[in-house]
Amino acid sequence: MRIKTQGILFVAAVAVGLSGFAGFASAQMKYKAGDRRSGYTYATKETQAIQDDDLGNPAFLWLDEGEVLWNKVDGKAGKSCATCHGVESAMLSDVATRYPAYNPDLGKLQSLEQRINRERKEMMGAKPYKWESKQMLSLTIYMKNQSRGKPMNVSIDGPVVPFFAAGKAFYEKKRGQLDMSCANCHNDNAGNMIRANLLTEGQSNGFPTYRLKWQKPGSIHRRFRGCNKQVRAKPYAYGSDEYVNLELYVAWKGRGLSVETPAIRN
Amino acid sequence: MAKARVKVPKSVKKGEVFQVKTLISHKMETGLRKNKKTGKMIPRMIINKFVCNYGGKDVFVSDWQAGIAANPYMAFFVKAGDSGPMNFTWTDDDGDITKKTVNIKVSG
Repeated sequence: MRIKTQGILFVAAVAVGLSGFAGFASAQMKYKAGDRRSGYTYATKETQAIQDDDLGNPAFLWLDEGEVLWNKVDGKAGKSCATCHGVESAMLSDVATRYPAYNPDLGKLQSLEQRINRERKEMMGAKPYKWESKQMLSLTIYMKNQSRGKPMNVSIDGPVVPFFAAGKAFYEKKRGQLDMSCANCHNDNAGNMIRANLLTEGQSNGFPTYRLKWQKPGSIHRRFRGCNKQVRAKPYAYGSDEYVNLELYVAWKGRGLSVETPAIRN
Repeated sequence: MAKARVKVPKSVKKGEVFQVKTLISHKMETGLRKNKKTGKMIPRMIINKFVCNYGGKDVFVSDWQAGIAANPYMAFFVKAGDSGPMNFTWTDDDGDITKKTVNIKVSG
């Protein structure tokens, strides 16, 4: 596999100007909560600098697109998201902190992507977006970005209990030819190298994350699939129940960490 | 056409050196990768020229090569002259041109 140079073109002395320009003060972000650390704290200074500067953060190209989609009328009902929910609505202000959430109609958990597609189908009469499509990534980045700086706080009580347990079991179960669980890397070896890569705690607070290796943003399920393939296990489908349950468990693991969407990782 | 973002200070003093930041969406295909299914090379498709024009002069010109990551970011410094538009032009291998203009406010 050929990987394009990961550097972003920096002109000399760009770092000097960063402090004066930083769009979103990193001071209000909580990169540590208890003994939990965001992937940000494992990233290099250079990668952190891209995330700290909203103009240097290429995921904002998707965010701009997401804002357009939020206001765009689509489907038979002649509605946009904004028709019902308004622009920059209060509903969105904590959306990234509480998904995946329990949906009583379905009797199971629902991730934000699934919620969007359900609304598109039932309320707007529009075609669902594909999971990893540009539209879906753009819209989820736009929505989750509005919770930036708020602490992750998913509900794991009441009807969610069995799904949380399933997510935890998935996380701890060894799988694939390499016989490794998520916990083997992200609990036992966070901060250690796995060949050329630095393992983090695998926190989900920055997703959809712009990954320099991917050269575009990706959903948490894409990341799960990548991890599963790396231990030579068969990955589950995007939006499968297994991954949504896992998404909840991972979100709970990162409770208290600030939402960073869209984060930059290497 | 690609999408571009540009940031300049809200206002600058005459003679002040200020930073201009730009970001553009582009796949920046190097021309060195193969299509895994067909085995054929994927042709090069990058932005090869970036120009910033201000006060009737090209104040910043750069030729880009393969090896620059997708969605390139470019930051540079410019000395403030008079108030007026600052024009940015990105040209890619297909000859597609993306343009963006911002206004520079110079005080004093």
